[in-house]
Amino acid sequence: MNKPIRTISLFCLVLFLALMLNATYLMYVRSGELTEDPQNRRVINAAFSRERGAILVGKDPVARSVPSDDAYDFQRVYPQPFKYAPLTGYFSYFSQSGIERSQNDVLSGDDSRLFVTRLVDMLSNTDPKGGNVQLTIDPEAQTAAYEGLRALGEDVQGAVVAVEPATGKVLAMVSNPTYDPNTLATHDFGSLTETFQQLEQDPAEPLINRSIGTTLPPGSTFKLVTAAAAIESGDYDAESIVPGGTSYQLPQSTTKVGNQGGGDCGGNRITLTQALQVSCNVTFLSLADELGIEAMTEQAEKFGFNATSLEDLDGQARSLYPPDMDPPQTALSGIGQASVTATPLQMALVSAGIANDGVVMRPYVVDEVRAPNLSLLDKTEESELSQAVSVSTADDLTEMMVATVDEGTAFAAAIPGVRVAGKTGTAESTDSRPPYAWFTSFAPADDPKVAVAVLVQSSNTAPGDIAGGRLGGPIAKAVMEAVLNP
Amino acid sequence: MSQDHTLMGFVHRRRRGAELFLLLLALAVGIGAYAAVGLGMEGTIPADIVGYGGWLTALIVVAHVAVRIFAPYADPVLLPVVAALNGLGLAVIHRLDLDNTAQCVDNDTFARQQLIWMTLGVVLFVATLGLLRDHRLLQRLTYTTGLAAIVLLLLPMVPIIGNTVNGAKIWISVGPFSFQPGEVAKVLLVIAFAGYLVLHRDALALAGRRVLFIDLPRGRDLGPILGMWAVSMFILVFQRDLGSSLLFFGIFLIMLYVATERPGWLVVGTALFAAGAFAGWQAFGHVQNRVNIWLDPMAYYDQSPGSGQLVEGLFGMGWGGLIGRGFGEGAPCRIPYAESDFIVPAIGEELGLTAVLAVILCYGLIVERALRIALISRDGFGKLMAVGLGSIFALQVFVVVGGVTGLIPLTGLTTPFLSYGGSSLVANWVVIALLLRISDQARRPAPRLSEADSDTGSDSESTQVVKLK
Repeated sequence: MNKPIRTISLFCLVLFLALMLNATYLMYVRSGELTEDPQNRRVINAAFSRERGAILVGKDPVARSVPSDDAYDFQRVYPQPFKYAPLTGYFSYFSQSGIERSQNDVLSGDDSRLFVTRLVDMLSNTDPKGGNVQLTIDPEAQTAAYEGLRALGEDVQGAVVAVEPATGKVLAMVSNPTYDPNTLATHDFGSLTETFQQLEQDPAEPLINRSIGTTLPPGSTFKLVTAAAAIESGDYDAESIVPGGTSYQLPQSTTKVGNQGGGDCGGNRITLTQALQVSCNVTFLSLADELGIEAMTEQAEKFGFNATSLEDLDGQARSLYPPDMDPPQTALSGIGQASVTATPLQMALVSAGIANDGVVMRPYVVDEVRAPNLSLLDKTEESELSQAVSVSTADDLTEMMVATVDEGTAFAAAIPGVRVAGKTGTAESTDSRPPYAWFTSFAPADDPKVAVAVLVQSSNTAPGDIAGGRLGGPIAKAVMEAVLNP
Repeated sequence: MSQDHTLMGFVHRRRRGAELFLLLLALAVGIGAYAAVGLGMEGTIPADIVGYGGWLTALIVVAHVAVRIFAPYADPVLLPVVAALNGLGLAVIHRLDLDNTAQCVDNDTFARQQLIWMTLGVVLFVATLGLLRDHRLLQRLTYTTGLAAIVLLLLPMVPIIGNTVNGAKIWISVGPFSFQPGEVAKVLLVIAFAGYLVLHRDALALAGRRVLFIDLPRGRDLGPILGMWAVSMFILVFQRDLGSSLLFFGIFLIMLYVATERPGWLVVGTALFAAGAFAGWQAFGHVQNRVNIWLDPMAYYDQSPGSGQLVEGLFGMGWGGLIGRGFGEGAPCRIPYAESDFIVPAIGEELGLTAVLAVILCYGLIVERALRIALISRDGFGKLMAVGLGSIFALQVFVVVGGVTGLIPLTGLTTPFLSYGGSSLVANWVVIALLLRISDQARRPAPRLSEADSDTGSDSESTQVVKLK
């Protein structure tokens, strides 16, 4: 009987080899494919259950994980949900946004910079923890911006961005309407789905971070770019005489464009400084037409248009200055109309560039990345985005903006004892909607510490009553004061 | 039959010391895994590690001493491999007990119960070795065991005590105890087959006609195989238990082939089973389901009855990868019945491919040792029994591990020594005892028949030399 027993041995050998080969195929070769299967909840559950790192503003966490005794080990908590939602984003079972998403590797502990920490965790058999992310945000400025915007009404649509001109650090970033990320971090998936659908279908779009995600015509605040292009051309300085008057006829067209409020800007021949002070449409329409599309495009792109600059937060929309506009559109672009669109962050960068001797610094929101034991892993290095204008042009523009605050339309941002530079804007959209109020400024003019841009899309204020200065000015002022007098 | 080693005067060594050393390694696996579970799940080495380890050690020592006393020449590898598997299984079941998520909510005392079952298993192991001093005694019980096996297989069909779990009628319940008679029936069937085949092998082997290189058996000799085929089909149809059906028929076929040395039986048997399985696939929705799920498991993930259990197991094993997540870091509780049929995916998830291969190799070793015992066994009955008992492990492991890893359609069977379940564990310990008994018989020095071998002073005892016990 031994011969068949040997045959049976071979047969069993084949069975076991098949099992081992199949197990190897399944657990080694197919492992990645199985892990990526959308039906596989293991990976998501593990990430959801892990002790995620905190997102810190100053010394306080604006997002952190606390132990939870339900099916998951930790619960994500946002102590100041509405104020910081545009920055932190949300961390839900199904998706993430904001810093929670852009810094997910660090927060979850998967980042390569946390490799040593992970190794130690593995060897000491402790649960892996995520690293902490320190934001550049100044809590006082953030609060001032948030409260200033909310003072216009709970459901006002708008955004505020403040940056430090010399470094590009984002000091404040507020968007309204906002939402409570705690409701999306819940472990009750039924209510999560419901809340998420509500937020997504809300016409006010609370999930969008308007400060970087909404582009709208920048209106008169764009006159800063036009003025910069004019001075950079070498043909103009702050005291140059430029055309004023009541209206301007667009090239190749019979359309005439007047000034805001219908005035004549103080005469037919005025200085460039005066033109900016009173936000004279006629002047900047004719300047843009004279400079031409190429010079205007070049100047706009030096300030950061037609590109994105924010690398550590998702959702930045591209601010546009289309390089293929015809002459009438080019003229209109000089006052921030036509197809020109900008995010509040972009307009803050224009101010910041002027404030920083013409150098635009790359904006960033993540200051430091720290390991769970708080040792420093990485610090964002400031970097130059572009030299937008020369130092002398920047000085000229600064003086013109100071004059605009001291004696012109941007008076609302004036801070006693501090030289403030600013520019208002009121951009028109369709007739059915109220205009957008813009404001951008920086202070102190001699040694700029903060540059701000404010956008108010709609508010409860009646239409016609919206001048950028009246709505945006006080908010910008409050934010600047918060930074200057902590 | 192989007599050559005795003719050459070769005597097997007892190797009990080697067994003891291997048992220490097996204990390290069992107790180490238990400590690792405590560390992984609760952060500390469990407080009862001394009591638990002591109990496990005591069981192993008792088994070892019993082998030393009752079967000193028995194979030294089988017991350590079994001890390692049982210890690992206990630790994994304990790990699932500690988990309170998803499908594990109700499991709290499975490991404790399993340890009690293991204790009973070891008691029966010792009793089998102690009481059954010669396996050939079982040959007398050929028809009794056969009948008992049939009765046991039928018990779950009896209305009051029969119990349907997940569509399979393989349980009986008496009071608080439930029991899978099929686990015992398979051992009895092997004994009955061995006894029957060793008597009738000549008739089955010699008669027949040759068709195309293969000797096919005579029609009148088809009786037993048809009978066994009918039993398998009965299990398939009425108890809805594909796994057991395949297992019983497979064991019978292998033993028939070994007894007769005629591949023709394999051809006939495989054809019969294929025909039955095909008819079953045509006739029964649940068989079609299994096949469809096997072909494309992902497509049935959310359906009911669907592939959720299988796919969660696949996901778990994929997530475990080469070295696994570590105890407490995986989510084996996402797999329904992770402690029984799906214990291999639970091991794969937390201990990785490494452990799965190690487990498969352990089973491979058990089968290899069983077949080796069959090779060196001196009597036909012992050979057939060893082949049959070894085949139980080979087929059962292939069916269940192949099923949960997607190699073949999933059929419910327990994983020997690992899975939670008393009937299976106790029955398998007895199987190991039977194998060791046959092994001891095969390896112990042959009785010396020639007078020339008699030493001085023992002449008076020469009449007692023929000692088979």
